[in-house]
Amino acid sequence: MSTLVTLPVLLPILGAALTVLASRSARLQRLIGIVVLTAVSAVAAVLLVAADRAGPVVVELGGWPAPVGIVLVADRLSALLLLVSTVVTLAVLVYAIDQRITDYGRGTASTTFHPIFLLLSTGVSLAYLTGDLFSLFVAFEIMLAASYVLITRRVNAARIRSGMTYVIISLASSLLFLTTIALVYASTGTVNLADLAARVAELPPGLRTLLSMMTIVTFGIKAAMVPLHFWLPDSYPNAPAPVTALFAGLLTKVGIYALLRTQTLVFPGNGPSAVLLVLAVLTMIVGALGALAQNDLNRLLSFLLVSHIGFMLFGLAVDDARGAGGTALYIVHHITVQATLFLVSGLITRRTGTVSIEAMGGLAKRAPGLAILFAVPALTLAGIPPTSGFVAKLALLQAGADGGAAAAAVAGVVVLASLLTLYAVVRVWVRVFWGAEKEPLPDDDPTDELVVGTARTSRPMYAATIALIAVSVAIAAAAGPLSAVTGRAGTDLMERTPYVQAVLG
Amino acid sequence: MITINVAMAVVLAVLYSVGFYLLLQRSLMRILIGIVVLGHGANLLLQLAGGPPARAPVLGTADPGTFADPLPQALALTAIVITFALTTYLLALGYRSWVLTGKDEVQDDVEDRRVAARERPEGSLEEDSTGPDDVVDPGSAAASDEPAEPAEPAEAGR
Repeated sequence: MSTLVTLPVLLPILGAALTVLASRSARLQRLIGIVVLTAVSAVAAVLLVAADRAGPVVVELGGWPAPVGIVLVADRLSALLLLVSTVVTLAVLVYAIDQRITDYGRGTASTTFHPIFLLLSTGVSLAYLTGDLFSLFVAFEIMLAASYVLITRRVNAARIRSGMTYVIISLASSLLFLTTIALVYASTGTVNLADLAARVAELPPGLRTLLSMMTIVTFGIKAAMVPLHFWLPDSYPNAPAPVTALFAGLLTKVGIYALLRTQTLVFPGNGPSAVLLVLAVLTMIVGALGALAQNDLNRLLSFLLVSHIGFMLFGLAVDDARGAGGTALYIVHHITVQATLFLVSGLITRRTGTVSIEAMGGLAKRAPGLAILFAVPALTLAGIPPTSGFVAKLALLQAGADGGAAAAAVAGVVVLASLLTLYAVVRVWVRVFWGAEKEPLPDDDPTDELVVGTARTSRPMYAATIALIAVSVAIAAAAGPLSAVTGRAGTDLMERTPYVQAVLG
Repeated sequence: MITINVAMAVVLAVLYSVGFYLLLQRSLMRILIGIVVLGHGANLLLQLAGGPPARAPVLGTADPGTFADPLPQALALTAIVITFALTTYLLALGYRSWVLTGKDEVQDDVEDRRVAARERPEGSLEEDSTGPDDVVDPGSAAASDEPAEPAEPAEAGR
């Protein structure tokens, strides 16, 4: 069983190597990508069942025992997030493959796209599974290096600026992470998370607070927490739809996962954290208000993404088992729905030839199916019952209501931010799908992958989007068992002993 | 808990402050050098986490007290490789940016440009005729001491 834990990291990286070798055959590349991600999803599902029944599954790499060697740990939280992330990655890959076939023809192989895509998946898997702070850094670097290539592929003069911003901000935050690791090692002499859990508690409180704040800033940049969010709405909308969907679904959530893991395991607090509560409120409100001011559909969705990062921070800030469980459930819901929305936005852009909401109108008449495809994830994001968004928000609100006066007050902000989200998506609906019908704009720059101003779409692109919507419906349908799992994951996170015992033995 | 000596602390302070100062500059090349310097600082700090400088890791049969901790050295080695690889990528990207835009300058945020365009009085439209990319932050001196290169034809990069 324990060797299975290595597969979610090994399979994609081997797949990436194979797709490089297979760069002559587009068909083989597609096959490798889909097979690898399907296999990883299956492994993640097995790991989730195993971790839920018998506690965390641990493997010591190279046979070195825990505090010295590197361990990979699949507990309830990491296995669950791995499963959801891989399923979403798979759906996005299908969409991306089909978009390439539609635009460039069936035979065009790419030397970069498939290997980089699988490398990104490797980084994400490693980030979820690693039990070691330095491997977490390496995982982030693998993931980010892959994302640098994806966001700057085939850039033109207009898009290179945002790509540059993204790369430089990410590099700066990585160097901050490296500094944090150096300080953590200098003060404790270990980078193993389970070992750190005991040793950080022995440090003087001032030093502990400093290290805790540095991890919050480092992962806060990666998670696009206000006021460290400026890079996100600026860079994400400038990538092709599948890439944006993947980034929006996974990258920020890996940041939140790292924050959740380190704050609960290494820097456990007592009761709600005032700093995180304030940051959560700021993130929710600034993100939602930013979304209301946008005319570009992708920028609007990016600001909503920032706003919903605040919801996850809120669950973390409540700092009890319910809050952590609620955050886990919210991450699961949000990975799916945010990726879906960006894919739908890609489909809309292909029908209208523009990302400007003002230039769209009356799309419901021309594309009623697309209208439904937008409405379902949009309402899910806003959290209308009985969608998965409602289930996840309910878990957070319950945690807030039980978490004391400050947390209960912030729970009110959660409701307000949900209403603002609803207002933002309804405004998009009214402007894009209702009103006077507007003609699609022509494709004036055929080299620009971002805006493809024709009606060229194909069935598998819709199928991938519908599959993701089905996942989020499934989350709502399986809300009982799923929230039970995330509840147990939250309890694990707060107790800390299951994780520490599984790693250190 | 490891303590470091004053000389190293000063070196680190200089590397970090120079790195962050350069990161805040307007020119892309300076930002790039800033990342490099900051990377050196972070890697040096990681090394120093293993004990005082000029000690070798695991030295034969000598007294363990005279070793340097080998783990931070291994970590620093990994980190150096990563920062090196990403610096080369950033250099390539910087060159690409220069080829495409003909400028070695970080342009304003889209949102900033929109706000600047909104705040400008109606009469000063002739300034705007050069295109939205040329809206320059009035507080930035770096923008003025580097005259923009004549724009290269965009085909050069293709």
